[in-house]
Amino acid sequence: MRKSVERASRCPGRKVLERALCALAIPQLQAISPRRPLRHQPLAFSSLLWLAAIALGAALAPYLAPSGPTATDPSRALLPPGPGRWLGTDFLGRDVLARLLWGARWTLGMGAEALALAVGLGLPLGLAAGGTGGLRDVGLMRLVDAWLAFPGLLLAMAVVAILGPGLSSVAMAVGVAAAAPYARVVRATAREIRAQPYIDAARAVGAGPWRIILRHILPNAAPALVAFATTQLGWVLLNGAALNFLGIGVPPGTPEWGAMLAEGRAYLRDAPWAAISPGVALTLTVLAANILGDRLGEG
Amino acid sequence: MFVGRHEAQRSAISFVVRHKAQRSAVSMGGAQHLSYPMLGYTFRRLLGAVLVLWLAATLAFGAMQLTPGDPAQTLLAASGASPEEVARRRTQLGLDDPLPVQYARYLADLARGDLGVSWLHGRSVGRMILEQLPATAELALAATAFGALLGMALGLLAALYRETWVDALATGLAVLGLSTPVFWSGLLVILLFSLYLGWFPSAGSGDLRHLILPAATLGFALSGSVARLVRAQVIEVLRMPFVMAALARGLPLRRILLLHVLRPAVGPAVTVVALQLGFLLSGAVVTESVFARQGLGRLAVQAILWRDLPVVRGVVLVGALAYLLTSLLADLLQVWLDPRLR
Repeated sequence: MRKSVERASRCPGRKVLERALCALAIPQLQAISPRRPLRHQPLAFSSLLWLAAIALGAALAPYLAPSGPTATDPSRALLPPGPGRWLGTDFLGRDVLARLLWGARWTLGMGAEALALAVGLGLPLGLAAGGTGGLRDVGLMRLVDAWLAFPGLLLAMAVVAILGPGLSSVAMAVGVAAAAPYARVVRATAREIRAQPYIDAARAVGAGPWRIILRHILPNAAPALVAFATTQLGWVLLNGAALNFLGIGVPPGTPEWGAMLAEGRAYLRDAPWAAISPGVALTLTVLAANILGDRLGEG
Repeated sequence: MFVGRHEAQRSAISFVVRHKAQRSAVSMGGAQHLSYPMLGYTFRRLLGAVLVLWLAATLAFGAMQLTPGDPAQTLLAASGASPEEVARRRTQLGLDDPLPVQYARYLADLARGDLGVSWLHGRSVGRMILEQLPATAELALAATAFGALLGMALGLLAALYRETWVDALATGLAVLGLSTPVFWSGLLVILLFSLYLGWFPSAGSGDLRHLILPAATLGFALSGSVARLVRAQVIEVLRMPFVMAALARGLPLRRILLLHVLRPAVGPAVTVVALQLGFLLSGAVVTESVFARQGLGRLAVQAILWRDLPVVRGVVLVGALAYLLTSLLADLLQVWLDPRLR
């Protein structure tokens, strides 16, 4: 995204010829600072590793977890971390590590579902608005403005209120709330690309609007859109967990990170580990998504 | 410009700001040199805001219509009312009228500031919200003050010591603030300052001592985006010729920083803080829950648990209204400060 912004700011001319000449010079400007591969960027690379590890942990939870996520054992309640219970146990004697691993399934699954919804709604909307311009653009963007006017989490809460509690309605709620900003960004990126001379060239040789959108705008916008989707994964995870923490999402006792935090809160003094571990996991995952999205955007 | 990239909504906002600036820049140089140059712009923005508000209200109305279940039934379910009573209540609530009539009445009520009646308590939603608003506003204001100050300090430090360990630390803190869930940082803060150190009460609302921990928690989350914006702005300003000129004239460094470098960065920072209101309200809801405070958050959560939809709709609409008003004011302020944008 930053690249396209730089291009736009380096080519401020309003005449086609001016822009074309300037755009010719840009490849040389870019050659000066070639993109570093991801594995040479330690922070971004470790973010990617962390996300992969969490996904792997979620997939292999039945094999990795020391016990089931809901196996209670009153004789082992509120035990501090130690051998055989590496992250301690909660107030019902459930193993925190096991719940964390199983919880990754819930949390990541919710995130994936919500992100798919946000992209599925936001991408066509933003492309239709930014790729064509004119009255359709104005109308669609007013709608998105109205959608954006609702504060993100409040909008998600309202959707949960309508759909009723449960993990799939949390995913839908957060996805719907995340779709409006995504549409905005898609539209802005599409507009920037539409101002490029090669779009004029495509139009000059007779390409129709949908061909321009699908063959010229979408591929050129893809890196920026993937970067923003990665950032939105962080937002979606954070706010989905927030809904579960508030107690309006998954039913109590579900091994989901936000819900685990809410349960651990009551025993904060005696067993802080039950609340701290899911928080660490969630923060690191959101942080990884944010850092990765940032680095991808710089690309 | 890319400050807000971490948080979905914030990022979209920065795009909004940018595009507004571009659009106005194009219309610049037209017949805008009248004696009241702000008037036309204000009118246009106001019209746009009213349109968006109407659309938002319509979306809320549509969502309510899609909700399964009969409001009259829900309203009277607890008292075990007879079908006749439910039918009478339906007529009373106007639920038997055709949809366009219901819609027109809804808009007319909204225009008068009437947000409807709670299904659970039978009380005016507007009044219920007004009762809870001061507590949330108090938290939001305190958090904004804390977050803006911390963010500007972090951003300035990061820009001045660019690409040193100071920058890494400040930028790292900013990203951490953006990524840490308030419901977790809030618990950590309670654990440290209330349970271990005993400096502040862990829950409840009331005097200043109850406000400090929640405001710091929420403010830290807010400071991240401010810090990133201020950093980018200051780096840009430092490259400007007038900074070089000020240096060449031998002005003391502190004076250059305060008068020449920080001042141009404050305007955009104020706008971003104002546009963060949506994030702030969302964060306040969660923070209130963590610290067991009074406020809109508790009202909304209770309403959702009881499926008291008019209250949920009321809170959401008030949030949208507050957001639209603030962004309008921020835009006007920005344009007033910088005549180039007109």
